[in-house]
Parts: sequence; C-alpha cells; structure tokens
Amino acid sequence: MILLLQYTLIFASVLSLVALGGCISEHSGVINLGLEGIMVIGALGGALMMKYLPAGASPFVIIVCTILMAVLAGVVYSTLLAVSCINFKADQTIVGTALNMLGVAAATVIVKAINSAENPDNPSSEISYIAQKKAFLVNLNGFEFNWFMLIAAIALVAVAVMLYKTRFGLRLMACGEHPQAAASVGISVYKMRWAGVLLSGALGGLGGLVYITAGVSQWKFENGVAGFGFLALAVMIFGQWKPKHIAWAAILFGMFRALSNVYSGFDFLASLNIPSGVYNMLPYIISLLVLAFTSKNSKAPKAEGIPYDKGSR
Amino acid sequence: MKNKTPLLKRDGVQSLIASLICVVLGVLVGYIVLLIINPAGAGKAIMAVLKNFFFYPAGPARMKYFGSTLVKTAPLVMCSLSILFAYKVGLFNIGVAGQYVAGVGACLYAALAFHWPWWLCMIFAMAAGALLGAISGFLKAYANVNEVISGIMLNWISLYLVNIILTNVKEATSPYTLKVLSTSPGSVMPSLGLSKLFGGNQYVTLGVPLAILLAVAIYIILERTQFGYELRATGNNKNAAKYAGMKEKRNIIVTLIIGGALAGLGAALLYLTGIEEWSCSQSSVPGMGFNGIAAAFLGCLNPIGSVISSFFIQHITNGGGYLDKTLYSAQISDLISAIIIYLCGFVLFFKTFMNSRGAKREDTRFAPEPKTEDKKPSDSDSRKGGDAK
Repeated sequence: MILLLQYTLIFASVLSLVALGGCISEHSGVINLGLEGIMVIGALGGALMMKYLPAGASPFVIIVCTILMAVLAGVVYSTLLAVSCINFKADQTIVGTALNMLGVAAATVIVKAINSAENPDNPSSEISYIAQKKAFLVNLNGFEFNWFMLIAAIALVAVAVMLYKTRFGLRLMACGEHPQAAASVGISVYKMRWAGVLLSGALGGLGGLVYITAGVSQWKFENGVAGFGFLALAVMIFGQWKPKHIAWAAILFGMFRALSNVYSGFDFLASLNIPSGVYNMLPYIISLLVLAFTSKNSKAPKAEGIPYDKGSR
Repeated sequence: MKNKTPLLKRDGVQSLIASLICVVLGVLVGYIVLLIINPAGAGKAIMAVLKNFFFYPAGPARMKYFGSTLVKTAPLVMCSLSILFAYKVGLFNIGVAGQYVAGVGACLYAALAFHWPWWLCMIFAMAAGALLGAISGFLKAYANVNEVISGIMLNWISLYLVNIILTNVKEATSPYTLKVLSTSPGSVMPSLGLSKLFGGNQYVTLGVPLAILLAVAIYIILERTQFGYELRATGNNKNAAKYAGMKEKRNIIVTLIIGGALAGLGAALLYLTGIEEWSCSQSSVPGMGFNGIAAAFLGCLNPIGSVISSFFIQHITNGGGYLDKTLYSAQISDLISAIIIYLCGFVLFFKTFMNSRGAKREDTRFAPEPKTEDKKPSDSDSRKGGDAK
C-alpha cells in the first residue's frame, strides 16, 4: 500500500509539473505538443549533470545543480518551438511532432556518443546515476519521500497564483483568449507567448528529470519518456486547463500508472488477472470520454493553436 | 496565357524548392552533428547514410537491399497518404500512428490465430484502422473534440490494446509475435515474381506496387472526382461547403475512415511480408505514423510527392544501418528526419517570403515601364498581349 502511495505521488508530481507547463503554454495561445520531447531533453540535461558532478558533492548541491540543468535544457529546447510557432507562424502540430521525434533522436545520439567515447565496447544509450539519485530521497518509515513531490506541490501553488493573481499571469491568459484585444491595450502578444512557451519548457524539462528518477536509477534514452508527455496533455485536458483541477487529475492518472507497476502486490487486483496494459490504457480512455461529453463547451483557451498575426482582426 | 505566372511563383515549384531546402538543411545538420561527435569519419558516415544500398556493388546484393528499403517504404507511403488525405480536408490525422498500430494488431492476429488468407488479413487490418479513424471522426463531427487530441489518446489506447491482444500469439520465450512465414504461410502476400527481380529478396511482394497504385488512386480521387472536390471544399471552408449543400459532418467522418483504412493497410503491407515481428512489450507508439507526417509534408502534400519523399526518408533510415557503429549511432537518421519535419513547419513562411520577394522584383521591373516602352515595344506587347487580343 505504501508502495502504491509512493508511486502515485511521484508519478502525479511528474504529470502535474508537465501538465502545468502545457497549461501555461496553452493559456498564452501556443499548443505545446512537443512536451514529450522537452521532457526527454530535460531528463538528458539532468542525467548528464548527475553523471558529471564530482562523487563527493553534497546532496543539496546535487539537487540544485541537477534541477537547474534540467530546467535550462528544457528552456533552451523549447526555444525551437517558440521561434517557429510564434515568430514564423509555423503549424504548431507539425512542430510539436517534430520536437518529440527530435528529442528522442538527439538524446540517443548524444548519449551513445558519450558512452562509446568513454568505452568503445559500450554503444548503449543508457546513463546510470545510482549514487547521485539518493540525494533526492528521504526514507520515512519505509515511505521513500522524494523532494520532487514537494517541488511539484510548490510549483502547483506558484502557477495557480501566477495565473490568477498576478498582472503577468492575467495578461498571459488574455493572449490565449483574444490576442488582438490584448494587443490593443498594449500587451506584447509575442513576448507573452514566448514567456508561456519558455515556462512550459522549464516545467517540462523538470518533469522529465523527475520521471527518470522515479523508481529507477538508470535510464535508456532510446525509449524516450514512454508517452508521459502525452499523458500530461491528457491530465491538462481532464483538468480543464485549471491548476487546481490539474492537481486532482494528476493524482488520479498517477494512480493508474502506479497500479500498472504494483498491481501484482494486491491480492484482489492480482486475482482479477487484468494485464498491466489495461491500467496504462485507462487514463487515455477516461480523458477521451470526458472530452466527448464536455467539448461542446470546452474550457480550452479560445485562441490556442492560432498563430498571432498583427494584421488580422 | 498558360505561362502567365512566373516559374518561381507557381505553387508546385515553390513547394518543391521548399522541400529541397528542408532536405538539404536536414542533411547538413546531420553532418554537423556527425562532425561534432567525431570529425574524422563524418564525411564517410554521411555518405553511408545517403548511399544506403549503394553501399554494395551493382548486382543481386544491391538489388536485394534496394528491395528491403522498398518493402519498408510501402507502409510509409500509406501513412503519409493517410495524413495528406485528411490534411486536404482540413484535418490533422495525428492518429495515423494508432491506426497503423491497430492495423498491425488486426492483420497479425488474423494471420497467426485464424490463419486467414492474406487478402482477408489485409481487409481486417483496414477495418481496424478505419474503426479508429471513425471514432476520431465521430468525436470531431458530433462532440467537437479536436482530432489531434482524440488521435493522440487513441494512439496510446491502441498501442496498449494491441500489446494485450498480440500477447496471445507471441512466442513463449520472447516478447515477439510468432513468425508469419512459418506459422501461416497462406497469410503472406504473394510475391508476383518480384522477389526474383530483387535479388531473391523474399519480402518484396505485392505490397510495393500496391502502395504506388494507391498513391495514384488517391491523387485521382482528390483531384479528378466530385467526391474529392467536395472533400477539398470542406477543408478550405467548412461553412461555405455546408452552405453549398455538402454534408460537412459526413465528409469529416468519411475522410478519417479512409485515412484510418490507409494507415491500417500500411501495417498489413509491412507485417504480411514477414519481414518483422511485433514486440508485445513495446512501450512507445512506433515511429512509422510520425514519419508518415514527415513524408506527407516533405512530399508537398501531393500523393506522388509522398511516394518520393517516403522513399527518401526510408532510404536514409535504412542508411543509418551502414554507419560505423563504433563511432556513430544509427539514430542519426531519425535526427535528420526529425529536423526535416521541423523545417517543414517553415514552408508557409518560406512561400510568403518567395511571393513577397517576387512581388518586389516585379515592382522594380515594371516600375520604369513607361520609360522603356519605346525601346522595347515587342516586350511590353507580349506582356499585355492577353488583353489586346
């Protein structure tokens, strides 16, 4: 039971971080389908940082440096989306898809190059960080508390306050609802959208780092992040683009994901003999059903996905 | 009159130039990455990627590997046709990956569990893909669910579902499904003598010519039939199409059903050759569908262009296999295709740029016209010829 709680919370942290990223980006008016790729690159940044930090580094230093690197990697990578979709008015679906493919391919190429440069007999795409990972964990009576759970909770509150209580957040949301109206009162739509995409890059990158440190201590970058970026999009939709709802959605979907990992530990679930794929599938089915019944009056930002053109009305 | 638009302003020419630029830049970035990893072998490596089967001297071996590339091009052509067909109707069928997966599940299960003949497996795969497409279509038409979002959800649902279903027909000791060739030879597509042509490559079958024929068929449907015209009209302006009496909801659903069937058929064209098996522990949606997006946009959203661009993308993907594994990884090819798709996003901007450049140049050319009219009367005559005669 403790294991289920632990996995649920850590997966929920990943999902809420990434979904919040997607939420900010969409509120600014840019659909970020590339979250999956951004997660991979963020994870790569974090993993490389852990690999190259000196062995004797204190846990605090490890945590701060790794997080900073993951965030930085995510932000830098998301500029690719921002440049093309905001300044060059590219199709956001195409670019998002490209970023997902590019993320996995680039991470694999980089890690393989590093690994084979160190040891020509090791052409794998795996990075391991067994010792460094312990910095993130605190053992509380068998429950492995992970600092990222706290960070995710803080991020959640911070994003909620930012979106609804600050001038910046309200302006950002205006750009996703009606950019021309926002521009008419002197808000720079381009700047706001850039801010939205870069923030989503930061949160996505961080989410990627959390994902590869959840439960495992080595990561094979060929596998990307196994659809977690898309699951986070589902969380965001299920949460109706609102941080508070996203939190609950993340916990619910995190639980399904955790169940697919640990269901065999529960007698009544194991006796049902449901393949783990079913638990993996459920979040997507639920979101699809929710979408089917709620999309007629969807809470999605009105202008998302439409490139902003100064000249159009 | 026909040649009135200058060459550089014609849509087809612009698309072609844009695609070529995407390819060149993509390969260039790939080369730079290779240079960064290891400068010594980079030139040789990028040539290996671009050469693929030309690695072998002319003869049966080269033809055999040429055949392998073709076999894998066929499903890619189908996926890109699926994307472009939907795109012409204003739909982004990102669910093509899931429809492809559903096709894999259907044709392999039909072949391995029921030992159905190949054409029945093929129809079953098309039906499975069409079913997923229909779900997206209904959700779009009647529940206002964006087809991109429902497509993404269905991609993952079908991946996990197919994993569960195909676990029933997998080998006992490995996560891979049973071999179609040995379990159910009747389910393998007939070769029509093509395998002899391609150096005895037994996987070259009916699938390759079928994919090309279907590309032509899609071109004819879209450009030469009333049905295709209605679909394109719906894509250009949904409300105008509705006003003109076209059933826009039906058109959306039919489009996604056809798109899904094409993707499902693509899966059958690959898996009914027996060239590969499905891994039931797969944790990510196969890249075939997403590569289809690359091929569709790189091929200028033209069915014939799709065939060429699909071949190119598969060519470099297979070419990645010829890299010196101790220096570089085969994923360099994926990197190049990803960059090409990314650049395809800029095509619209590129076209606008070319048009505005063209317009400027025309301005400077036509501005001093009154002064030069005396010197070159014949020239201006021909320019205004259309009105005078």
